[in-house]
Amino acid sequence: MSPDSHAFIFLNAFLINNFVLAMFLGLCPFLGVSGKVKTAWNMGLAVIFVMIVSSVCAFGINHLLVRFNLEFLRLISYIAVIASAVQLVEMFVKKFSPALFRTLGIFLPLITTNCAILGLALFQTNREYDFTQCLAFSLGAGAGFTLALVLMAGLREKLELADVPDTVTQAALSLMIAGLLSLTFMGFAGLGG
Amino acid sequence: MATDPRAPETLSLATFTQGIWQENPVFVMLLGLCPVLAVTNTATNALAMGLATLFVLLCSGVLVSLLRKIIPKQVRIACYIIIIATFVTIVDYAIQAISLDLHRALGAFIQLIVVNCVILGRAESYASKNTVINAFVNALGMGVGFTFALLCLGVVREILGFGTLFGLTLFGASFQPWAVFALPPGGFFVLAGWLFLFALIRKRRAAAIPEESHVA
Repeated sequence: MSPDSHAFIFLNAFLINNFVLAMFLGLCPFLGVSGKVKTAWNMGLAVIFVMIVSSVCAFGINHLLVRFNLEFLRLISYIAVIASAVQLVEMFVKKFSPALFRTLGIFLPLITTNCAILGLALFQTNREYDFTQCLAFSLGAGAGFTLALVLMAGLREKLELADVPDTVTQAALSLMIAGLLSLTFMGFAGLGG
Repeated sequence: MATDPRAPETLSLATFTQGIWQENPVFVMLLGLCPVLAVTNTATNALAMGLATLFVLLCSGVLVSLLRKIIPKQVRIACYIIIIATFVTIVDYAIQAISLDLHRALGAFIQLIVVNCVILGRAESYASKNTVINAFVNALGMGVGFTFALLCLGVVREILGFGTLFGLTLFGASFQPWAVFALPPGGFFVLAGWLFLFALIRKRRAAAIPEESHVA
């Protein structure tokens, strides 16, 4: 597969350079909302949606900024776009599923400060992807984030039944598991070569 | 010490030190973990990242504190983010001018300082309620604490992963680098190790206090 093909971009963001486990983006929700599989799954869907919206907007904005030689405003305009996209999702979720709104709690508005989303916008600009490549990249990154979150939640659900020494606080244990998951994902490195 | 968190705090040594130890942003509050894990594969990168964050933390803290009576409550988060993004852009261009190699090594993570929860958290919970001097001192403490945490990880990962420290070779030719520590999983393992160590110390201390004295 050529590195520019859509399938490769998708696979790369999904498995090989997984946003959470290889690039360390979006760790806060990864450690914070991974208590239950159901919540993790919904959070993942919300993130995928925000990612696609902000990726498309970032693509358009970047073209405008380059045309008018205003690249130094890139960061500020990206973050503004992401904040509005998150606001949109928040209103949507609040209207259609108040229960989900309560479970996600503070982590829903915090998607704004989720580095995975700003990271996505910055990476696609750095790598000069065209429009369809951006779509493949955002879908892959979102799917990868959801996969990591759901896997982690599954492990932590089982872990509640396990007997661990109490010195190993919640966070240290979660990080250890994340490290093992990350080690597993390194096995995908040769994929699509 | 902390009476009412909403009341303006009087300036004391604790304003500075709480960020370094008791409320260390990384080891205690677990905030801003993304750069902590991503750019600490060498001690040099860790130090550069720490200083960049320290600068943004200081400047945004001071500006937010100066503008705290002008910014309307409803749009404060958006204002804070724009203030932070401005300083991050400055840092980004400054690092590019100082060392292009360093800029390449840190990559997009300099720009990602914008979404570092430590900075927004300080702006919202401290700088927006306290005087400029307090905000400055507190941000300095937090920044030093953050840099300290990054260095803790960077030093361990560089020694184990490359056998060097700040680029200087430490061991003889027979040293076999433990490559996993320079790779992503190593970041998780080293941070987990530090957290475990601190939890152990805290537990020892908590166990020791009732035996030694009852002075609270």
